[in-house]
Amino acid sequence: MCLGIPGQVVEISDREKKLGIVDISGVKRQVNLACVAQGEDLSPLLGQWVLVHVGFAMNVIDPEEAARTIELLRELGEAQAELESMQKSGARP
Amino acid sequence: MNGDDQRLMQRIEKHRRRLGKVRESVVVLAHGGGGKAMRDLIDDLVVGELGGEGLVVDEDQARFSLGALAAHGDRLAFTTDTYVVTPLFFPGGDIGKLAVNGTVNDLAVSGAKPLYLSCGLVLEEGLPIETLRRVLRSMKLAADEAGVQIVTGDTKVVPRGKADQLFINTSGVGVIPKGVEVHAQGLRPDDCVLVNGYLGDHGAAILVARGELKLESDIATDSAPLNGMIAELVKAVEVRAMRDVTRGGLAAVLNELALSSEVGMVVDASALPVRREVAGLTELLGLDPVHLANEGKVVVVVPAKDVEPALRIMRAHRYGQESALIARCRAESPGIVTLDTGFGGERILEMLVGEPLPRIC
Amino acid sequence: MKYVDEFRNPKGGKGILADIERLVAKTGRTAKNPLKVMEICGGHTHAIFKFGLQSMLPEALELVHGPGCPVCVLPVGRVDDALSLAVRPNVIFASFGDAIRVPGSKGSLLEAKAEGADVRTVYSPSDALELARQNPNQKVIFFGLGFETTVPSTALTVLEAARDGVDNFLVFSNHITIVPTLRALLDSDGLHLDGFVGPGHVSMVIGVRPYDFVAAEYKKPFVVSGFEPLDVLQSVRMLLAQIVDGRATVENQYRRLVKDDGNRVALEAIQEVFEPRATFEWRGLGSIEHSGLQLRAAYARFDAEAHFKVPSVSVPDPGVCECGDVLKGAIKPWECKVFGTACTPETPIGACMVSSEGACAAHYNYGRLNPSSRLRTVS
Ligand code: SF4
Repeated sequence: MCLGIPGQVVEISDREKKLGIVDISGVKRQVNLACVAQGEDLSPLLGQWVLVHVGFAMNVIDPEEAARTIELLRELGEAQAELESMQKSGARP
Repeated sequence: MNGDDQRLMQRIEKHRRRLGKVRESVVVLAHGGGGKAMRDLIDDLVVGELGGEGLVVDEDQARFSLGALAAHGDRLAFTTDTYVVTPLFFPGGDIGKLAVNGTVNDLAVSGAKPLYLSCGLVLEEGLPIETLRRVLRSMKLAADEAGVQIVTGDTKVVPRGKADQLFINTSGVGVIPKGVEVHAQGLRPDDCVLVNGYLGDHGAAILVARGELKLESDIATDSAPLNGMIAELVKAVEVRAMRDVTRGGLAAVLNELALSSEVGMVVDASALPVRREVAGLTELLGLDPVHLANEGKVVVVVPAKDVEPALRIMRAHRYGQESALIARCRAESPGIVTLDTGFGGERILEMLVGEPLPRIC
Repeated sequence: MKYVDEFRNPKGGKGILADIERLVAKTGRTAKNPLKVMEICGGHTHAIFKFGLQSMLPEALELVHGPGCPVCVLPVGRVDDALSLAVRPNVIFASFGDAIRVPGSKGSLLEAKAEGADVRTVYSPSDALELARQNPNQKVIFFGLGFETTVPSTALTVLEAARDGVDNFLVFSNHITIVPTLRALLDSDGLHLDGFVGPGHVSMVIGVRPYDFVAAEYKKPFVVSGFEPLDVLQSVRMLLAQIVDGRATVENQYRRLVKDDGNRVALEAIQEVFEPRATFEWRGLGSIEHSGLQLRAAYARFDAEAHFKVPSVSVPDPGVCECGDVLKGAIKPWECKVFGTACTPETPIGACMVSSEGACAAHYNYGRLNPSSRLRTVS
């Protein structure tokens, strides 16, 4: 229901209002960082990936969790490939 | 009349025949009034900027020799289009460039060689003269690149608020070479659909340039004359159908072709050429590149045997470097365009109902 | 695109699909008596159709498209209210693009605009606030739409307006919340669902705990899911694993974005600015208690409904429309009598046809090929 898209924080544009520039594959937009700010200092957000929804960064994307999900997907794919090759070799006379 | 008087009269007469100059800095109603001010505007801007050998000012119409036209082929192609765009200037182009290339392409996709254009201007009172000059200069550049002549024109001025700055109508005449048969009903099962490059660039550039979405990007319009590339194509391969991709995007063109020819069409999602920035923009706004406008793209349908030579010709051309084979026609589900998602699934590729609007969900 | 492409890689789908097939086989369910899994969120519906996922799943597994599209569930009466605000003199009405074409009983915002109302499309509530700053002599009314994902952005914008004293900024709130709606759905008669794919982006705000009751009280498996095709497939697989094991718990597939407790700042902003309405009407589902949000008294000066009288007449859904049953999964869109004939995305009759995320519109746009063949095999 809610379109959200990952973008990278590339600039802090207004510290007081907690605004920053986010890059979404080459398209830039100023977004509100209030929901992802940890404390007053916004600079740790630089370079981080956030999910942008209607001009607001709603959460930071956790790279480790993302990697874990991808790893899981990869394992499933490998298990399937193995299974298929086993079936193939088993079918051979 | 003594000698002094005569010299004075000569001076005055010479002055009267001198090309007019616009002294105002903005367009005023008098510029459309039919009097001296209008004459000045036409002399200074229309003739001054667009003028070439073909432009006829003294008559109310351009005249062509039938014999000269017939040297190019055996049928005339005639088209018209009106250009309205906000903003007038945007990355990579402006309304003038669109007005020339759009009509050139409308002619070219019939296989015709575009030759002559008209230029009708509707000016809003208060439009800066410099703006008009820039647009006309850009039209001239575009016409020169496309190898067409602007041969007749018309100017109207409307009161402030009755039009948005500047509207342009261009009509065009071209000649279709003997033997070239390109029709929307020409598609057959197993024909292949090609496109000459990135989708959605113009639509994306305008969305960003309007500024309402407060986005920044380097996306530029793809406005370009395609007659050169098309002329080479129709000479070398069998082209079944051609359509330029404009408003409504690729989806509209493919659906129109599929319906006209009553064939089904399967588009390969992974083959669609889309610029990285346009992909980002469409993801952000919930749009689809296949629904965004282009101004320099053409869909070319060829029989399977001609895919390789056609792509070679297109890719060798300045405006076709990213050309790709994007779809195949089939007898199944006639009139319906489907998209192979690359995921093993297939879905219908519909035309957009209205304008592409940013979504939140 | 980082964090998108990895989860769209078609190669990754094969293993999961094979797993899904194995798991479905274990349940012993068939095409005649399929497992029914509801994706609550329109974003998932969109992804499922965009990538043609349904056509890849076994026939004994059916995806039911839920009510999670805030535009689709907006009742006719509220659209009429929005129009009554938009046509007022000295008002700029700012709306997301989604809502511009939604038909009320007297036309849509797009038509009101054509007739002279100042209707603007905005991408963000902060853009609406900007409009208010630029036009101090006009009232700028923001059409607040959406679930908990969108509510924080409206709330933070109201807080900014309050801080900066932008008093010509108003919100017409139609914000809604998912949990009461989910409960109403679970309580409704004739509902046969075996599990839920949970809304990922709502959950990044509210966390995963609010769904505990689905597992605890209703014994239904629930998996919070991302929006890319591999996310959705993996979530379906996780649901099936629960069903096969006879478990019912709340799991989180979208860990890269969703934390158990959600987002504190966002929740606090909602809490500060909004409170639940006693009841709110949904298209197709009727009135649901505490499912709508209104501005608290402390922020009444930003509330369009406190400023202007809106008609608030409840207009019944069109009689032929079976959206309610579609949303509950009782019937499929193409089983509605007017689907694809009188009711199309161009001339929508019911809510489900309005937004491209509505179940009927999604079927019309993306699925017309498959359902007909599917229909034939089932009947
Ligand atoms: S097809 Fe139209 S009328 Fe029928 S249920 Fe869907 S939205 Fe309602």
